[in-house]
Amino acid sequence: MNPKRKRFHRLFSGRKAGVLLGLCGYALFALFPILWVGMMSFKSHRDIVSPTPEILFRPTLENYRAILPRSQEGPHETGRMDFLQCFRNSLRITLGALALSLAVGVPAAYVLARLSFRGKEDIAFLFLSFRFAPEIAVIIPVYLLFKELGLYNTYLGLILVYQLITLPLVVWIARGYFEEISKEVEQAAQLDGYSWWGIFTRVALPLVKPGIASTAVLTFIFAWNNFVFGLILGARETFPGTVATLGFISYESVLWGQMAAATVITILPPLALSIFIQKHLVRGLTLGAVRG
Amino acid sequence: MRPLLSLGMRTESRWLPYLIVLPALLLTAGILYPFALAGYYSLTDYNLLSPVRNFIGLRNYLDLLRSGEFWRSLGLTLLYAALVVAVEVPLGLGLALLLHLEIRSIRFFRFLFILPLMMPPVVAALMWKIILAENGILNLLLSRAGWDPVPWLANAFSLLSILLIDVWLFTPFCTVILLAGLQSLPKEPFESCQVDGASAWFTFTQLTLPMLKPFLILATLFRAIDSLKMFDLVYATTKGAHSTMLLQLNAYYESFRWYRMGRALAYMMILWLVVYLSSRLLVRSWSRSMRIAAGKPAGEA
Repeated sequence: MNPKRKRFHRLFSGRKAGVLLGLCGYALFALFPILWVGMMSFKSHRDIVSPTPEILFRPTLENYRAILPRSQEGPHETGRMDFLQCFRNSLRITLGALALSLAVGVPAAYVLARLSFRGKEDIAFLFLSFRFAPEIAVIIPVYLLFKELGLYNTYLGLILVYQLITLPLVVWIARGYFEEISKEVEQAAQLDGYSWWGIFTRVALPLVKPGIASTAVLTFIFAWNNFVFGLILGARETFPGTVATLGFISYESVLWGQMAAATVITILPPLALSIFIQKHLVRGLTLGAVRG
Repeated sequence: MRPLLSLGMRTESRWLPYLIVLPALLLTAGILYPFALAGYYSLTDYNLLSPVRNFIGLRNYLDLLRSGEFWRSLGLTLLYAALVVAVEVPLGLGLALLLHLEIRSIRFFRFLFILPLMMPPVVAALMWKIILAENGILNLLLSRAGWDPVPWLANAFSLLSILLIDVWLFTPFCTVILLAGLQSLPKEPFESCQVDGASAWFTFTQLTLPMLKPFLILATLFRAIDSLKMFDLVYATTKGAHSTMLLQLNAYYESFRWYRMGRALAYMMILWLVVYLSSRLLVRSWSRSMRIAAGKPAGEA
């Protein structure tokens, strides 16, 4: 090893402690709110408001019991949202929006990747431009239209408007995956007499399955995390979980414990799913501009 | 010979591509129509409380340009976006450089760092609201150190508290992009720098930064646009009080508290213009930097 290189190595290992310190420091910053609120969700009200909080406390499920309806108690007390219902609403809207986007977006992505026709790039760019539209600008007229059409406060209405988030993601990311398949495979299938649709469904689609799966997961997370569409275009019956978490703040008081429990339940699905998309994350976040 | 696929794969009909894209386009039209409507309504005195809707030309816009509230809101929005970019891109770069090092357990750290990004912004804001509350943990720690409690989300600097939440939530976004950028760089220039005994600072400024430029611009683009449109974090924390009334919040209150739809949409058209212009600018410099990175002269289209 030449001396310069040796010096570099020594320098580096001298820095190693600093690097680890930086990494751990930021990890603490990233994790602390999640851990603190997670802990809080298991605290009794008395422990939460106590001026001397303890790391060791008697865990209780009372917050979770309070926000999830108990079967023996009949209909929920009025004046508060049924959190479980809102969680279910989130699932319905998100899965519905995702299914619709996959059904119309994946074939469109293939066409945009593989066929040539006039106006192709304009159409592709149109989908991208949704990513940059201010939400409220679209929501106000949609709200007025939905009131007229009877789509306000319906799952269908919310699923349609969620396309603003899900469709550009699906079209652009899936298009990138289709473009990466080697053309020879498809050409061979074409020589074997497959129709275009046959090539799409039997050759291209199976090849990009992992990519589409991770696109679906990421799209699910983004749709799940949305707040403003549900807030304005939904009401008590259709509010998603993200809106419901705000329901624990009233004019007089904040139900800290219950809010913490609702928060934990709401972040569980995206956090759990994020394990599966590490490899595809950067592509999804940049709509395919970076293919990590 | 024309390539078989891509350029004119033989299809059953010339119309087929359009037919396949059609459902997606219909959904698109369903989004574009309201947007066009928004443009039109911004030229009217549309008010939910009034049965008539009159075309009033540019009066909403002129009113806004004359109102102090509008300029304050626009200024705050631009300030917020500038702060977001100024903090998150460099911090994201620093973290990406750390995560790029080859250490054991680095994959574990990569996973940890990204976690906040997966959360609903509203929920993240509530978590921080719990921490920053008057009797929250942060003030408790401060009081142990002999400081007075600070109303983090109810003073003149609340926008900075919201910035903190934004940094926590979205810095990983920059980190992910820049880490992918670092991993895509060729190794040879760095090795020859090392052999020549170049300082770490020299390597960083003369090699890493220029080569990362497309990724830096991309991170800036996405963060700038999303912070110009910021709504969730403010709504969940201050609701626009204490000098945090960003443009989207203003439009929200104009429409859903005061029912002045026309005026609200004028706000939104102006925000859309700001977003559009800044994204054009950034996309253009991004594609220029991509061409330079690909070794082509900058002037070439």
